[in-house]
Amino acid sequence: MRFLNKKTQIDFMGKRLIAFVLSGILIVSSIVILATVDLNYGLDFTGGTLIEVSFPTAPEISEVRSNLTTAGLDNAVVQTFGAATDIVVRIPPLEESNSEVSTIVLQALQQGVEGEVVMRRVEFVGPQVGEELTEQGILAVVYALIGIFLYVMIRFQWRFSVGAVTALVHDILITMGILAVVQVEFDLTVIAALLAVIGYSLNDTIVLFDRIRENFPRLRKASPIEVVNTSVNETLSRTLMTSMTTLLVLIALFVFGGEIIHAFAFTLIIGVLVGTYSSIYVASTTLLELGVSKFDLLAVEKEGAVLDQNP
Amino acid sequence: MNQYPAWKYLLIVLVLFFGALYALPNLFGEDPALQVTSARGFAIPLTLEATVDEALMAENIDFKNNERAGNRLLYRFYSTEEQLRASGVIKSALGEQYVVALNLAHATPTWLRALGGKPMTLGLDLQGGVHFLMQVDMETARGQQLDRYVDDLRAALRQERVRYVSVRREGNGLLALLRTTEDRDKALELIRNDQSLQGLIIDQVESGEYAGISATVQEQQLLELQQTALKQNITTLRNRVNEIGVAEPVIQQQGADRVVVQLPGVQDTVEAKKIIGATATLEYRAVDEANDSFTAAQSGRIPPESRLYTDDNGQPVLLKKRLIVSGDQLIGASSGFDQQTGQPQVSVTLDGVGAKRMLDFTRDNVGNRMAVVYIEQKPGGRKTEEVISVAVVREPFGKRFQTTGLDSMSEASQLALLLRAGALAAPMEIVEERTVGPSLGADNVAQGFKSVMIGFILVLIFMALYYRVFGLVADMALFANLVLLVAMLSMLGATLTMPGIAGIVLTVGMAVDANVLIFERIREELRNGNTPQASIRAGYDKAFSTIADANITTLIAAFVLFLFGTGPIKGFAVTLSLGILTSMFTAIMGTRSVINLIYGGKKRVKKLAI
Repeated sequence: MRFLNKKTQIDFMGKRLIAFVLSGILIVSSIVILATVDLNYGLDFTGGTLIEVSFPTAPEISEVRSNLTTAGLDNAVVQTFGAATDIVVRIPPLEESNSEVSTIVLQALQQGVEGEVVMRRVEFVGPQVGEELTEQGILAVVYALIGIFLYVMIRFQWRFSVGAVTALVHDILITMGILAVVQVEFDLTVIAALLAVIGYSLNDTIVLFDRIRENFPRLRKASPIEVVNTSVNETLSRTLMTSMTTLLVLIALFVFGGEIIHAFAFTLIIGVLVGTYSSIYVASTTLLELGVSKFDLLAVEKEGAVLDQNP
Repeated sequence: MNQYPAWKYLLIVLVLFFGALYALPNLFGEDPALQVTSARGFAIPLTLEATVDEALMAENIDFKNNERAGNRLLYRFYSTEEQLRASGVIKSALGEQYVVALNLAHATPTWLRALGGKPMTLGLDLQGGVHFLMQVDMETARGQQLDRYVDDLRAALRQERVRYVSVRREGNGLLALLRTTEDRDKALELIRNDQSLQGLIIDQVESGEYAGISATVQEQQLLELQQTALKQNITTLRNRVNEIGVAEPVIQQQGADRVVVQLPGVQDTVEAKKIIGATATLEYRAVDEANDSFTAAQSGRIPPESRLYTDDNGQPVLLKKRLIVSGDQLIGASSGFDQQTGQPQVSVTLDGVGAKRMLDFTRDNVGNRMAVVYIEQKPGGRKTEEVISVAVVREPFGKRFQTTGLDSMSEASQLALLLRAGALAAPMEIVEERTVGPSLGADNVAQGFKSVMIGFILVLIFMALYYRVFGLVADMALFANLVLLVAMLSMLGATLTMPGIAGIVLTVGMAVDANVLIFERIREELRNGNTPQASIRAGYDKAFSTIADANITTLIAAFVLFLFGTGPIKGFAVTLSLGILTSMFTAIMGTRSVINLIYGGKKRVKKLAI
């Protein structure tokens, strides 16, 4: 079986202006959205208390709310979670006695209910911890980008580093923009997903770069644009295939993995789609705009010579 | 001809064999079990086993087996009901000296356990339980330390008969005022020589007509104090957790002033929070018999030697400032009922120093009254102090005595527990809590397992359709990769969390990438008109540096995740990195060996099924 029967000869780089405009629009609108519409920050970053309970029968949300108000928690947010019998209560950080809130909520929820209200999950994050987690999340992304920039610079050349990191920033911005539009809850698992997106998209980009590096000395007469085009075409079936398998498992995770993993799987699905596009267009276009040429890579022409001796 | 030397095949077979062996324990599941430990951390006497066996036999409770491991005795049962029934039976047979905790023990066969085989530990999100992050209130700890210096200095001055005007806390240091400079010189001499007054930076100050000494605590001393406070808190927490009876708790320092407490399987978080966070302790003080407490309360004129407290009815009580005995001199406590009045009480045992001080006091004060103050330290330095009982000393006593005045039996038993486990050196505040109920944990396991299986099977089918024989070989490698990953996670004692499962799923998706790269290369080489054998060789060789580069960059991202992530995210990073490493082995060496076996020996291969 094959998706692409013959050797493809699509003129990807010929359409790079369209891609450039598209990416530009997506990035600018993502930035605008992120600046105007807040991400739906989860408990990990805002601090506060979250309680998930399971009722014996589906409760009236309004009744649950009024019970909580009576208990003195008038700023509680009540939502169903997955099933109609499952309720999530969110309470913003309070001045004091934060760690006792969950007890009060559980008592309030039990009121007027026949049968037991089962506690499924309690999460409480103090405001200070929330700040630290935010800081760590941002730091993690920044350090990952720096580490990748340096590695690519050592293995390839600085133009490739800029290309790779541009593609990654592109992916993260657009993915976060979409998360803000859809209002997916942005928690620690989403940060993990974003870093996995970085890893994945980079994987794609490196495979393409590797081929470009290999093709520059091989296609001596070709222009840089032609070299990139050929490389994209040669790696195209691999790019599609790997995206397919990764998407398959991610969709399985999204559909069968349960509520807790939803945001994580969703972020990765978006990220894989954007990442596949960006490694074809953003990374290589940046490379071309920076004026990459065969002279940039002559020093590493013999790459793989040692490896060829492997049996 | 593509052939591997024999040692490579041997290596692959060995790795797979040990991988399978150490992944095996995960298939056996868990038995409901009970864990018996000594409440005071002693070894379990050999006779205990017989006692427990007898008690279970008398109630007709059947158990699978029992084992002694270190300081604990473990009983495995066939069902949860038997486990629960047995828990009650054993508790009543052994009494308060032993702690019986409900546990899930893995059912790995003995021979496998002897080889070091053990299943992956399930994280709290999968088996249910409580996670607390507690922060030590260092401000209060410093304040307490300063108070100690103030008390010690006063005591030293009194003992050496140096007259002073006042000794008190002043901001972050302490201030002593004396009448004359000679007195001050004596006091300075005293501070230099007194063992308990070291670690101070001393300054001489003039304060009006008085000669003053101001002192601040050295930074080094404060850091040491913080460390000690934290260590002692961890010890106390461990004692308390042991008292509640939790199997395999985690209590660890995190950062400079935080402690992580994880209690797998604990469901009653309210109770757990109460006991873990409580900083209750007792103090024994003499009642000021020379002054009337009501007049003092009304006039606001409180004698300098005394302090005004309130009892549980809100009535004022005037107590001497000088402490007789405090909670840290206590070595034992148990709850019970007073035989005469039937009231709940706590029997207290003091250590040597405490017993001597108590004896000295009671000998000189027969007929006078003594009060018990119940102190609860709240985060942020707030403190509630309440006099819970005032009683006349009828005869001298020392080491052992009873305290009454508690509201209920449960209050008595909780106080006894807290006194036994020791007081916290500094109050702690819960800054993060994550509790997962058992039903959610079970759901997470089921959903996690299901999504891994479905994703895995989809990829297997897809690969087989797309690459035919080569696809099937890649499928074998993928399966081997999963086995190796599980084996490594089990051997490393890594904890499997929900994000960890996500990491495994993602690894499955990405692990085929190496094979896709190789196979696409082979197809390309074939298209370019190379022979099948040469194409296989070129495909593997040329794809290698690409695979290495791509995987190393992903490892960088995973490594950063590990460094910055907390708890569950770390789990994701670990599975992702291990998955990348194992996949390099299976997808490159593993598939090559099978491909070589299929095609490598034949001189002429006309066509590859790729």
